[in-house]
Amino acid sequence: MLTRCLATGYGVNPWSPVPWPLVPKRMSHRLKPDQYLVLLAVMVCAPLGDSCLKRGMALLPSISLTHPGALIAAVFTPWIALGIALLICFFASYLTALSWADLTFVLPATAFGNVVIELISYFWLHEHVSWQRWVGVFLITAAVGFVAQGPSLTTHPDQLPDQRQAAIPSATEAL
Amino acid sequence: MTGSFAATGPLAATGMIAAIVLTSTAGEVLTAAAMKSIGDLDVIRAHSGLPGAIRAVLSSPLFFAGVFFLALAFFSLLFALNHLNLSLVGPAAASLTVITNSVAAKLFLKENVDRRRWTAAALICIGVYLLAH
Repeated sequence: MLTRCLATGYGVNPWSPVPWPLVPKRMSHRLKPDQYLVLLAVMVCAPLGDSCLKRGMALLPSISLTHPGALIAAVFTPWIALGIALLICFFASYLTALSWADLTFVLPATAFGNVVIELISYFWLHEHVSWQRWVGVFLITAAVGFVAQGPSLTTHPDQLPDQRQAAIPSATEAL
Repeated sequence: MTGSFAATGPLAATGMIAAIVLTSTAGEVLTAAAMKSIGDLDVIRAHSGLPGAIRAVLSSPLFFAGVFFLALAFFSLLFALNHLNLSLVGPAAASLTVITNSVAAKLFLKENVDRRRWTAAALICIGVYLLAH
């Protein structure tokens, strides 16, 4: 029952017209250009946000747990504030992507953040990147390419794309 | 590898990493289930604006369950980093989470995890491991 609820939203989603699939699930649709932009934001915002946090914290003197107020003050420094803003953008983009794509489709995009960090290290910070790391960059990039060429969403029978689109306006009206 | 376990035993280290992986997977799957039950956020935003989209997300109990487990995963990570080396916890948790997420997505979200996606998960595991070394 739990798996049915998670997969279909039945019992959770009040707009689900059918309680359980009557026909087999299938894979569907390609992404629109603006949806690729959302995935790009997922890939870029998290590593950039982490980098900003790291840079901001490095500029501050050592913070002790006996003075937790210093951590609060750190939030308002420019680099850390920028890092938090970027991480909020990441989470919003991630949630948006999960609303129209499978978790296993979005996962490689989040993993690509590791590649972005390596590229920042090499091209911006001029750090040495070993050949093992370049192989890692290549493998994750290949994984993203693999998944991006396939369908983005598994359609369950109670969530066929046309039905789903039709259900959403009534859902928002209910809000 | 044994140096990573210096302060704790391998069993405790395995337990800590397992806690991170399991809570993280539960959080990701519940969040994904919440977003699927809400529907396409782009369409909701186009129809009701950003406040409507935020309201739709915040009205989902599954979303809060997901965030709760993601918070547990974060604190599990902090706890593990207090006892184990980052070079062990980071790649182990990151790569195992990719696999458990794929399994959980197939089992609980009924996603069609085809050969293409399994291959990608395996490549990411190896890639994350190589990036950490």
